[in-house]
Amino acid sequence: MTALRVTQRNLWVYRRTWRGSLFGSFLNPLLYLGALGVGLGSFIAAQDTSALGGVTYIQFLGPGLLAAACMQTASFEATFPIMGKISWRRNYEAMLSAPLSVRDLVIGEMGWMAFRLTTMALSFMVVLVLFGIPTSPLAVLGVPAAVLTGLAFFTPIMAFTATRKNDSGFAAMFRFVINPLFLFSGTFFPVDRLPDAIEFVAALTPLYHGVGLIRGLVLQTPDLANWPIHLAYLVAFTLVAAWLAYRLLHRRLVK
Amino acid sequence: MRSIAASEAGVKEDQVPQSVMPEFHRYNQQPAMTVQTDVLIHARGLTKRFDALTAVDGVDFDVRVGEAFGFLGPNGAGKTSTMRMIACTSPITDGTLTVLGMDPQREGSRIKARLGVVPQLNNLDAELTVRENLLMYARYFDIPGDVARRRAEELLDFVQLTERANDQVEPLSGGMQRRLTIARALINEPDLLLLDEPTTGLDPQARHLVWDRLYRLKSRGVTLVITTHYMDEAEQLCDRLVVMDHAKIVAAGSPRELIEQYSTREVLELRLTDAVRATLDGRLEDLADRVEELPDRILLYAADGERALEKVHERQVQIESALVRRSTLEDVFLRLTGRSLVE
Repeated sequence: MTALRVTQRNLWVYRRTWRGSLFGSFLNPLLYLGALGVGLGSFIAAQDTSALGGVTYIQFLGPGLLAAACMQTASFEATFPIMGKISWRRNYEAMLSAPLSVRDLVIGEMGWMAFRLTTMALSFMVVLVLFGIPTSPLAVLGVPAAVLTGLAFFTPIMAFTATRKNDSGFAAMFRFVINPLFLFSGTFFPVDRLPDAIEFVAALTPLYHGVGLIRGLVLQTPDLANWPIHLAYLVAFTLVAAWLAYRLLHRRLVK
Repeated sequence: MRSIAASEAGVKEDQVPQSVMPEFHRYNQQPAMTVQTDVLIHARGLTKRFDALTAVDGVDFDVRVGEAFGFLGPNGAGKTSTMRMIACTSPITDGTLTVLGMDPQREGSRIKARLGVVPQLNNLDAELTVRENLLMYARYFDIPGDVARRRAEELLDFVQLTERANDQVEPLSGGMQRRLTIARALINEPDLLLLDEPTTGLDPQARHLVWDRLYRLKSRGVTLVITTHYMDEAEQLCDRLVVMDHAKIVAAGSPRELIEQYSTREVLELRLTDAVRATLDGRLEDLADRVEELPDRILLYAADGERALEKVHERQVQIESALVRRSTLEDVFLRLTGRSLVE
């Protein structure tokens, strides 16, 4: 498995920054759940919360935030760091001069991403437990589900990065794709509150399925029954995008 | 030249113990390629096209075991494209190419396992330390940890970076980064070291230190393939070279052979005022085998430069300055292409 060398390289680099990164993995959910879950949630509790499916707002929010956090971390990791290895620092050129292939690069980066998402999802889950959010032992499976959700963003955005000459497209991608998904894919409120057309579009995005799967596992909501659909969608999306990333990266690097 | 290079760079010959990288000595006893042939790279009609652009246009060459082989030519001549095809990082468009007796298309990984590559632009891991750069690269070649650590220390010593082993790469000077890139390319004890413009952008002292290290590798029997647009670099390092221009090889041979074939033994360089130049009217033409008029000077190619200068004086041409020197590869390039190597 020569692809593991690429994963290992990223881990060596991560050795210098892991403390700050792990601290952030605790701090972010604390802040969001404190402000939105506890603060805003106390207002919502006074309203009719039946649309949330019989859980409190902070319970509804927690698993959704986990999915969204994985999306954001994976999206960032798939843009600037990958671009740097393609053209700013040219690390991929160095790796391809050694007996590594473009396939190793894609699989190795995915391995690294999976590791990073796992540490993130674990610390996030600890915070969820501190807030007393999980209602089911199945919540443990929320961690791999969160990793898969992140990978479903990592691979397509890596493919996108492979086509970019510079970083000018990234800001637009975050503004027009990632942020709207963050707001409208069921993290903060149930998607069925939206007009049907938007609900349909939202249901096509990986975040929708990630949120559905993680929330179902953490809270054992009725949506849990849809787990095969969510899972199949996320796996298929990740693999097809990984193949695309391989093709585009190959075209970019092996000329 | 060797000793000058070493002393200019502040290097003593005995600073590098002979035990450094003993693996290279084995080449002295027996060639690395004990199979039927001593040809490490074999190219016939080798061609590389990018859409409409033909970067390499049907070149033929052979690189033999233990030699330092050069590609000399201006920027854009096709040197780097040729190098990338040899390094198995760029598929060939046409022709045949074998490297270490294998086909880059089908056996790229096996070839790459035995190559060392120094790219035109350093692509070190800026986020890792100097030593970590070597150890990580060793992982890419699946070199066991203890062997990698031993080689890393030897190589750091060889390129004089032992004291910077734990430093980040970023603040290192260009010359140090270059040496580290060379050390990294040696971590797998390659049979063939590919260097794409090894000293471009370095100051003279750093260049001499790099040359000195490459010279040592060569004397240990490592086969070097070098691209350069510096004629002095080609003369210093290369046993044989090809001159490339506009995607084609325009001449091949040792530096000495090329100079003998395409130039005279000596060159008389004359600088004249514009007023004098305007009234020359071909008065110098018959004083040398060949006369080359450059914007800032006139070159007279003659076997005896001093004698040519005497004749210039006899004709009472008023000169600002005159210099007699030996012919170089720069003159060969000028003869072959009508242009200077480095503008």
